Amino acid sequence: MAYTEEELKKELEQQEYQYGFTTKIESETFPVGLNEDIVRSISKKKNEPKWMTDWRLDAFSAWKKMEEPEWSNVTYKKPDFQAISYFSAPKTNTKYKSLDEVDPELLKTFDKLGISIEEQKKLSGVAVDIVMDSVSVATTFRETLAKDGIIFCSISEAIKDYPDLVKKYIGKVIPKKDNFYAALNSAVFSDGSFCYIPKGVKCPMELSTYFRINQAGTGQFERTLVIADEGSYVSYLEGCTAPSRDENQLHAAVVELIALDNAEIKYSTVQNWYPGNKQGKGGVFNFVTKRGLCHNNSKISWTQVETGSAVTWKYPSCILKGDNSIGEFYSIAVTNNYQQADTGTKMIHLGKNTKSTIISKGISAGKSQNSYRGLVHIGKRAENARNFSQCDSLLMGNNCGAHTFPYIEAKNKSAQIEHEATTSKIGEDQIFYCNQRGINVEKAIALIVNGFSKEVLNKLPMEFAVEAQKLLEISLEGSVG
Amino acid sequence: MSLKEKLVSSFLAFELDTDINSPIHDIRSKSIKEFEKVGFPDKKNEFWKYTPIKKVLNEELTIFKKKRHLIEFDKVKDFFLGGIESYKIVFIDGMYDPLWSSTTHKGADICILSSVLENKKYSNVISKYYNTIVDSKESFSLLNTSFSKEGAYVNIPKNIELDKPIEIIHINSGGESSLMLQPRNLIILEKGSKAQIVESHYSLIGKNNISPYTFPGYIDPLTNTLTEIHVEENANLDYYKIQNDLDTTSIIDNTYINQKKNSVASCHTFSFGGNIVRNNLNFYQNGKNINSILKGITILGSNQHTDHHTLVHHANPNCESYQEYKGIYNDKSTGVFNGKVIVDRVAQKINAFQQNNNLLVGDHSSVNTKPQLEIFADDVKCSHGCTIGQLDKSALFYLKTRGITEKDAKGLLTYAFANNVLENVKMQVLKIKIKKIIANKIGVSLGFEL
Repeated sequence: MAYTEEELKKELEQQEYQYGFTTKIESETFPVGLNEDIVRSISKKKNEPKWMTDWRLDAFSAWKKMEEPEWSNVTYKKPDFQAISYFSAPKTNTKYKSLDEVDPELLKTFDKLGISIEEQKKLSGVAVDIVMDSVSVATTFRETLAKDGIIFCSISEAIKDYPDLVKKYIGKVIPKKDNFYAALNSAVFSDGSFCYIPKGVKCPMELSTYFRINQAGTGQFERTLVIADEGSYVSYLEGCTAPSRDENQLHAAVVELIALDNAEIKYSTVQNWYPGNKQGKGGVFNFVTKRGLCHNNSKISWTQVETGSAVTWKYPSCILKGDNSIGEFYSIAVTNNYQQADTGTKMIHLGKNTKSTIISKGISAGKSQNSYRGLVHIGKRAENARNFSQCDSLLMGNNCGAHTFPYIEAKNKSAQIEHEATTSKIGEDQIFYCNQRGINVEKAIALIVNGFSKEVLNKLPMEFAVEAQKLLEISLEGSVG
Repeated sequence: MSLKEKLVSSFLAFELDTDINSPIHDIRSKSIKEFEKVGFPDKKNEFWKYTPIKKVLNEELTIFKKKRHLIEFDKVKDFFLGGIESYKIVFIDGMYDPLWSSTTHKGADICILSSVLENKKYSNVISKYYNTIVDSKESFSLLNTSFSKEGAYVNIPKNIELDKPIEIIHINSGGESSLMLQPRNLIILEKGSKAQIVESHYSLIGKNNISPYTFPGYIDPLTNTLTEIHVEENANLDYYKIQNDLDTTSIIDNTYINQKKNSVASCHTFSFGGNIVRNNLNFYQNGKNINSILKGITILGSNQHTDHHTLVHHANPNCESYQEYKGIYNDKSTGVFNGKVIVDRVAQKINAFQQNNNLLVGDHSSVNTKPQLEIFADDVKCSHGCTIGQLDKSALFYLKTRGITEKDAKGLLTYAFANNVLENVKMQVLKIKIKKIIANKIGVSLGFEL
């Protein structure tokens, strides 16, 4: 029996978001609404020093004066910031000494997510920091890392234990008044990950954070700060899921990366927040600010696979301040049904001999809208800056849209910039060719999409690449027809 | 009083001179009302992000002209194509100059807009075409619609292939300070007709590439021109714009081209100077099998600034568009390219191509470019490419090893870089004229006949 596209479509329609379960864990959740008291209470709850409380309040007062930006190519009902609870934590005793103490319900959740902490610990050697409803619940492998002097913990612990480091770097790459959502995050962030790699250390394992929104009616505002000191190297992974809910949930994170001289940071994301149902109801609003600062001879590389979220709005950027620094951005953004994505990057060349590469692959299916928006800026003093950008879009069906908004600004005559973009679809001839060779439609699409996004998938660490590949297949199966 | 308020209040005085019972008057009053609402764009406006238009919106600007300026032919003869027969419509400071013009009503209407706008005989044509495809929210288009009453009117009847090209020449005498000009052209190509049109803007040149009449407190003229072009079924239009102006005069040019089934329209824009030059070129494809070609060469020096905004709206299947813009920027000049291609859901089998190449030569020159695609149909071939860079070092070296001096080698390569945009220019005289301007601009003596 031939596997028809109709059948495939049907199967796909039944394909549910497999991470859409909720976990029955008692949580302590703040009343909804946002005011100065809430900001103070968050700070107090976390026993933060005064400078941090003041920092938050400053951000909050700036946020109050800001307006929600509207320039992006997405439409959504603006979140009501007074209808969100800004703090939700799994109700447990303060801190776990070992995994055995962790609530078994919680561990089950992670099992379902496919990230059994135990297993990970043994097999893959990935150190994980898990953030659930904006509170860090477990960090693995701390001691192993500590031997090398690597600090990997939740940001609230870092504020207490390493205030000097946090004070020195937090808000340096993304100022607290940077934009509407960054300001909101700076005021109310509840937790996140902190990572410091000392001079000359090559981090022996992949570091990883897993984010999950569990509680209904909460927003997730986590903050990640990664500092790679001179000559060090770190590869950092980030993954996210959320339960299926009818209302839209807000996720407004801030990620700051700092690569000092000769350091290298590789930051990979597989974003799989709940995208809403087939009718476009529910789903996560993913409004994230991510930016990295490169000092001399350093390198920051962003890799992202975006398959989830109802609305995605994020631009992982590199500020190439140091001479000879390198910025890279590899992205696959997949939208299906009513999903909308407006994503891309900013490469700000300031130092001499700086290089940047942008590879962006957008795949739109269903009734979704997928936009690439990027900026390449070559400053006046950025001699011999080099940029290569490539944005390809793949359209499946004629109810979706693919858009590109590349901004290119060159202020130095020695700059060399290339930009290419193409839009295409999966050709019937391509599928026919595969069919001839005994590959069914479903597999053929997977094959073609994989080939289309190969350049980006190759950049992902092994464990992620497999997951990402699977995600791509799930998100897109049967979209052609 | 701000310039906006001043212009709005000028409308009352302007009205006195016009027939307030004509349908054109309704269009004008509606436009000025809308302009009052919209106002001038500021830097926060995405479409004006890279062009500091405020710089040229001097409060002293006025739409009222004081007197007619006579110019000797010797001073302007280079502004004409020369060497071939052509229809000519010449304007000096926005006023029609019958002396140097040669118009016709035989076979085709090639005349001035003012004689048509309020003439009963043309009322059908005017109501069918006038102000029908103009963006009703764009500040400068609104302003032009409010105040314009003069410009070229071209109507080529069914199946006529025009025997000679048309030259539309706008000359700024520079004899008057703070003049804001609002020329307006209406061009109609009926079914199956064919025409070639060259539109150029010049100012009288004095010392140091500034107006010969400049005196202390002199405010340079600002031209806000609008051209509406209707290309009917199977018609074929070649449109050329030459902007080779002073370092001090500024132009805002809005061109709207509406194409019907099986038509071909091309527009070449040659921008060789001006204080601030802004080109909004809009192509609307209203039918199947349409081909649109947009090409441009920009060569700037000193503090000049040129901004090209193009829009190609593919609303129907089986159409093509082809864009190629090249820029060479010397000294402190700045260039902007913002190309937008929209492909509607129904517009399948579209082939859209967009290319923008830039050479940064001057130490303080800069380029901002944004090639934009908005695609809603899946069975399309759309691509764009954009580069910013320098001359190929190995090519330069190759030429030098053959005994060509560095300066000449650079000139040759630069010339070659710009040259291929001229491929589609069918009018030989024009091609040579442009080539000469380019060679002159980049200071290369070509050792071969053009």
